[in-house]
Amino acid sequence: MLKRLGGTVDPKGAATAIKDAEFPVPFASELEFNSPVHGTWNIVHTGMQVPDAHQIYVCADNCMRGVVLTAAEMNEAERFSFVILKEEHLLNGNLEDITIEGVSDVIERLEQKPKAVFLFTVCLHHFLGSDLERIYDELGKRFPEICFVRCFMDPIMRKSGLTPDQKLRLSMYDPLKKGTVTEEGQRRISILGSDFALDETSDLKRLLRCNDYQIKESPVCESWEDYLSLSDCRMMLNCYPSGKAGTEWAAERLGRPFMYLPSCFDYDEIIGQLEVLSESLELLGVLDYEGEKESCEAALHEALLEVGDWPIAIDGTFHPRPMGLARLLISHGFYVERIYLDAISPEEENDFKWLQQHAPELMLLATVQVKMRVLPRQTEREMLALGQKAAWFTGSRHFVNMVQGAGLYGFDGIRRLAHLMVEAAREEKETPDLVIRKGWGCESCI
Amino acid sequence: MRQAYRIIPIYTADVSGVCSALYELGGMTVMHDPSGCNSTYNTHDEIRWYEEDSLIFISGLTEIDAIMGNDEKFIHDIEEAARDLKPRFIALASSPIPYMNGTDFPAIAEVTEQDTGIPTFAVPTNGMHDYVRGAGMALEAIAEHFVLPKSHAEDVSNKNTEEKGRNRLVNLLGVTPLDFGPLDHAETMKRSLEQYGWQINSMWAMGDSLDQLSKSADAAVNVVVSSVGLRAAKVLQRKFGTPYVVGAPVGRFTEKLSEAMEAAVSGEREDNVVYTACRMSAKNLQDANDTKESPRHRAEITLIGEPVTMGSLAAAIELQYSRSVRVLCPLEETDGLMTPGDEAVCGEEMMEEKLKDAGIIAADPLYRPICPKDAQFFELPHIAFSGRIYLKKIKQMPGFADLI
Repeated sequence: MLKRLGGTVDPKGAATAIKDAEFPVPFASELEFNSPVHGTWNIVHTGMQVPDAHQIYVCADNCMRGVVLTAAEMNEAERFSFVILKEEHLLNGNLEDITIEGVSDVIERLEQKPKAVFLFTVCLHHFLGSDLERIYDELGKRFPEICFVRCFMDPIMRKSGLTPDQKLRLSMYDPLKKGTVTEEGQRRISILGSDFALDETSDLKRLLRCNDYQIKESPVCESWEDYLSLSDCRMMLNCYPSGKAGTEWAAERLGRPFMYLPSCFDYDEIIGQLEVLSESLELLGVLDYEGEKESCEAALHEALLEVGDWPIAIDGTFHPRPMGLARLLISHGFYVERIYLDAISPEEENDFKWLQQHAPELMLLATVQVKMRVLPRQTEREMLALGQKAAWFTGSRHFVNMVQGAGLYGFDGIRRLAHLMVEAAREEKETPDLVIRKGWGCESCI
Repeated sequence: MRQAYRIIPIYTADVSGVCSALYELGGMTVMHDPSGCNSTYNTHDEIRWYEEDSLIFISGLTEIDAIMGNDEKFIHDIEEAARDLKPRFIALASSPIPYMNGTDFPAIAEVTEQDTGIPTFAVPTNGMHDYVRGAGMALEAIAEHFVLPKSHAEDVSNKNTEEKGRNRLVNLLGVTPLDFGPLDHAETMKRSLEQYGWQINSMWAMGDSLDQLSKSADAAVNVVVSSVGLRAAKVLQRKFGTPYVVGAPVGRFTEKLSEAMEAAVSGEREDNVVYTACRMSAKNLQDANDTKESPRHRAEITLIGEPVTMGSLAAAIELQYSRSVRVLCPLEETDGLMTPGDEAVCGEEMMEEKLKDAGIIAADPLYRPICPKDAQFFELPHIAFSGRIYLKKIKQMPGFADLI
């Protein structure tokens, strides 16, 4: 049974043609709606990637509920514990003590001591000016064998500075130790900062492997020791914007060269990234750029034959570069009708301007604006959706089920995308069952 | 340490309780919170979110607005949304930071109501209590603000007939998916009472509109089917003199509940909590077990959960199978809702301790890791505890009234 609220609502304020949109925030920041689409990873999912680590959160009931059940839904309840804060802990000024004693109690009761504890303090700690140094010093003394990682769940700061997600991607590499790069490490590149390993056929992996480099990625580390060995590398790379600050910081601290090579959809930008990497590492083997381009063109042409004039909706959780993606598709004859997002990355300013000029009627729609709760979620003609939110907001069963750019990278990423679009056009998916699951790619027991 | 939890989750909190209770009433509920409350609520605490629209939002409170006390933005944003969406009422709920800042919600509600002309009220949550409190206070506010005086029959000749019908009219208070699951499960309670000749006037608050709830004073008796409904029952008693009984229809206990409802209508009943009276025999059952030499607890069966539903289920089990039952209640509001032998339990460690000698346990499956390995465990999924994890299983189970 689908119940909708009655009345007609003017979409103004929640939707705009791109020609009229402001950059980088097209919609006013007011009350927020949250759609039932949950594939994007949260801090629990990301933290669980660190092997042999245990997460402990210290916060109030309502904030706790979301994270503890995230862990339970991904079948990782055994690696998650918490300490609940009550009014008296705020009023008595002993938040540090409660945190220290609570965390100690949890650790004492664990059947097996973890190698690392990701300890998440929250907005309340910040607002009360809690002495985090004291907390970590004391815990370090009590459990010297455990590595305590300073993590934050402080969404109140998400609009000023780094988001909790970015902060975690920063602190999760703190355990990596300084040291001389081994001989083996000299032929190894570490790729950090993303929740997903790059596809095996991605340009970066092909390029590095054909030059006898090993690649090590944080999402696929199998043990704590394996994770620590991420520091033993010739260079640290990041391809996912939210992990850029963390990877860059880790590289600087460890004295490793750093390079930011964000996944994108522009041939020249891809070539530029691969060339700068080749130059920096003095790679002898290179990819055949013209051949790569031709095969991308062929893949996109094949996709266009399948998709035709089917209207396409993209959302901002699908890939960090929704504008660039729209530009690629529009410039190859696809009909991109709308993009769902709430803000535009500064990295996409050129693509935004290009779209304003070449596709002025392209619609931008908010995802959190309150009207999105009640505006129609069906379209006259079913859309081909790229992303979970695009699928939900348009009521489409034909969608590419992917978040955060997954492992797409470079020319290979464009080809993979084209194939995924063909697949989505041909096959219906169970949208209601798929998009509500938390953490796309994680286990889900619901 | 009672605040430290190694492996089990925590119950739905007060803020989500407010949203759940008001979900179907056509209002707009605004959580004054930076971010997490909305996602937590709609992901884990609200099974209607995908298919049924409701105006539930967060304010997106920022650090700077919290520090500077920028209530103007909050009020402005609420009013903007209200102008666009035209809710029947506006409910404001607070989270930890506004609580700590001492944000004046009643004043904000008053200003908003004056500006918009839409009834507005604050529910004093702070994200640090369980759902019973939040949902209970939300329904209490509905009872205070929206229930009309008893309707007066215009046709005098029909008065007697109407009065007679009215004597069988009942409101079920405290019905949310958090305790009862999907609507068809909650409706098993309706059918169960209808078999005893009762007519359900309204169900607070699933399956009925605000208009229907506003006619609640027409009922002869209120039935508090979960502790969520207790505060509203007290308001309705104070304002309209409607008596109430506490207990949820289930199995053989339904007959006892119906008898108590009749006694309440005729003014013969003083004791509100029906299952505690029924369960005094449980003490005898437990005492009988005391004579047996066993390392087990003297109650054969342990139920964990919300006090009214579990108390009612315990009564039904005792009546039907003559097996002794104890209820362990991990929620905050238990005063007067427990039977001797039952216990209020605070925190994971205490619960684990209490369960050490349990022989048969019926509880949410996420309690299993702290149960003794040799105890028999019967799964009783509870959305307010495990969220949507067992929703598919819940949908295949009978509704509460048909559990045994």
